[in-house]
Amino acid sequence: MTITAEHLSYVYHPGSPFAAKALDDVSLTIEEGEFFGIIGHTGSGKSTFVKHLNGLIRLPSSQKHYKKPKAKKGMPSPVVPSLKVGEYDLSSRKTDFYGLRKKVGMVFQYPEAQLFAETVFEDVAFGLKNFERDMKEKETEAAVKAAIEVVGLDYAAVKDVSPFDLSGGQKRRVAIAGVIVTKPEILVLDEPAAGLDPLGKKEIMALLHRLHGDWCKTVVIVSHDMDEIAENCTRAAVFSEGKIVYALPPKELFLKADELFALGLDIPLTAKLRLALLKRGIETDCDFTVDSFVDAVLKKRGGAS
Amino acid sequence: MKNFDLDIEEGEFLAVLGHNGSGKSTLARLMNGLLLPDKGTVEVFGTALTEKNLYDVRRNVGVVFQNPDNQTVSMLVEDDVAFGAENVGLTREEIGERIAFALSAVGMEEYRHATVARLSGGQKQRIAIAGVLALKPRVLVLDESTAMLDPRGRREIMDVVLRLNREEHITVVLITHFMEEALLSSRAVVMNRGEIVMQGAPSDIFERHEELLTYNLTLPRIGEICKKLQAGGMNVPDTLDVEILAEAIAASLRSS
Amino acid sequence: MKEVTFGQYYPVESFVHKVDPRLKIVFLIAYITAIFLAKNFYGLAACAFVLVLTVAFSRVPILKVLRALRGIAVLILFTSVLNVFFYRGEGDPYFEWTVFAVYREGLIFSAFLVCRLVLLAMLSSMLTYTTTPVALCDGIESLLTPLKWIRFPVHAVSLIMSQALSMIPILSDETDRIKSAQMARGADFESGNPVKRVKAMIPILIPLLISAFRRAEELGEAMEARCYMGDKKRTKYKKLTFTWRDLIVFLLIAGLVTGVVLLRVYCGGVI
Repeated sequence: MTITAEHLSYVYHPGSPFAAKALDDVSLTIEEGEFFGIIGHTGSGKSTFVKHLNGLIRLPSSQKHYKKPKAKKGMPSPVVPSLKVGEYDLSSRKTDFYGLRKKVGMVFQYPEAQLFAETVFEDVAFGLKNFERDMKEKETEAAVKAAIEVVGLDYAAVKDVSPFDLSGGQKRRVAIAGVIVTKPEILVLDEPAAGLDPLGKKEIMALLHRLHGDWCKTVVIVSHDMDEIAENCTRAAVFSEGKIVYALPPKELFLKADELFALGLDIPLTAKLRLALLKRGIETDCDFTVDSFVDAVLKKRGGAS
Repeated sequence: MKNFDLDIEEGEFLAVLGHNGSGKSTLARLMNGLLLPDKGTVEVFGTALTEKNLYDVRRNVGVVFQNPDNQTVSMLVEDDVAFGAENVGLTREEIGERIAFALSAVGMEEYRHATVARLSGGQKQRIAIAGVLALKPRVLVLDESTAMLDPRGRREIMDVVLRLNREEHITVVLITHFMEEALLSSRAVVMNRGEIVMQGAPSDIFERHEELLTYNLTLPRIGEICKKLQAGGMNVPDTLDVEILAEAIAASLRSS
Repeated sequence: MKEVTFGQYYPVESFVHKVDPRLKIVFLIAYITAIFLAKNFYGLAACAFVLVLTVAFSRVPILKVLRALRGIAVLILFTSVLNVFFYRGEGDPYFEWTVFAVYREGLIFSAFLVCRLVLLAMLSSMLTYTTTPVALCDGIESLLTPLKWIRFPVHAVSLIMSQALSMIPILSDETDRIKSAQMARGADFESGNPVKRVKAMIPILIPLLISAFRRAEELGEAMEARCYMGDKKRTKYKKLTFTWRDLIVFLLIAGLVTGVVLLRVYCGGVI
């Protein structure tokens, strides 16, 4: 499923003293199979954008009382926002949002806050029971088991345990299992590693790579951590003040250090090292992952000697 | 926690490292009497902490917690910062001065009349620090106060804390799992299962990286790069500074 | 990020916004008394005049104030229907059918009651539009202070009130977040019969309760860490003080109540 957004705009509390433009004419395409990163400060519009992807925020044209803006004479015709996710056209009123949500899984920030059931099994099965009303018990069980195992938990040991008795890292895995249990084609995660210790972070990122491909074709992560983006993503979009400033692979994006600094954003450590080496007259050609940087540096030496 | 011995000098900037569940937060709560030890004593400025002198100890040891949303007592910044100063019975004029002092110490003067709910995470956490500073404590304990913030918020907090330590000479105890933050400290201790397992200058601790890994801690990313370059046969030191590393790489390339 | 202000505080600067909250509460009580003391339309006209003044000096858009009536629309409808059809007057009824009868007095009396309700609702909403919840709490606490003599825990009550208030925006954000998360997992809150809908709320309510409890616990700790030990020793930074504005408002209230009483005595009842 490809995600194609064109001219998306969104204003919170329109017409009130708190009105705030969250999205301003955003266009972006995310191809099937990408591990896509979304970067930006709090309030840059990235969360609002992401909430559009499974219809939690709806386009005006998909709502009941929508009236088409009329073209005025002598003025360019008004831009019509559109958003397509695979075969779903989210600008249409007839879209099956239910079906869409099954295909686009969404893991919110601190997803452990959504846990509610008495047992881990019940919590993970919640989405499945909502989406697949006619599923047989055996099938449900098999799907839940697979989901719990793929996030790296021991099914037999945790299935009957209360999710509230687990450790922080385990809770987060259960919450993720509860989203991926329906095998969504696109998995969107808002700051999946937030608040975890460094080891927990590494494990979560490893889990996402495990899921990417076989389990969910496309993974989209929202992240503040440039190292995380450089290390994991095939491409990343930079949001600032409701607009997309760049949408590039990390290899090209992090060459724009000055521009990113000007937006108040950081660059990954490897990019900082590249700049420091450049000052000393050394060019390094890498895609900004740690391994490729180390390789590039070591290769320099090999080439020289 | 068991068998725990730790002395913190006045004016020091101490980082306490440890993975989740290593006992770091218990330590924070022991330091100002939110918890009292089952065995042993906590001494603050030479007096042992008892149930009777909690009040005085808390005036001197301020603690800032993790969740910026769960520390706000009042909806307005000014009222929230005033809370501690009101509790210790200062006069109105004194409280007004304390608010001004605390807000300027965290660089939030212009938000004095703002609503806390509308601030960013980093700003909320700065207000929480100001709320503690209004009591003019001599020790500031940050219990994973940056864990829930974005990088910008984290930087804001670290800038404030460094300045308080250097200019106001407030002793800082920074409890964290971000290795990068620990680098700024003058001394670091590593906790595991309620015990201190390593201590020393932050750079010394990161040199012993195999040992760190056994406590479920990772090296800061730059340390990882140093190790990988060394493994590839390049002669670079263990450093946590980008410029030093770049210089070492350049030197090594020039010599080969 | 959601911007919520509890109740309906309308954030502008105005004369009415700056009036001492205690006085505003007293004003509202006096106003309600005046409305009920008024026996004729002259009295209500005086009350309406005061309302117009209040709205004019508050810079709150009139539409916002009128919106307050939506909440009591049913009540207004109910009272007027009841009075129109059941009030027994003295002359001949305009209309009669079984137990229903419409008299001239019934029409007048019902119009009178509707005016009362409308004025009441609009002025009450002015209090919440122009006073922050915090100021309202402070005002109530200060007005309740005399109750300390009978050992009423004034401080605790006001602390609970203000804590509950500051928790509302946070919990409302949290509700949004949890609701979105469960909707993303296919939860449906909009269709089905009432029983089903209530059941559908469980996945929101439980996480919400847990987060509220955790917040209460952490907040308690944060307060203790800032030397909170009840109201012993405690001083207050914000003392409410009267200004010239308050004097004007005070004179206005006094004038209104006296006026209404005089009108009641000299102009007779509505019917």
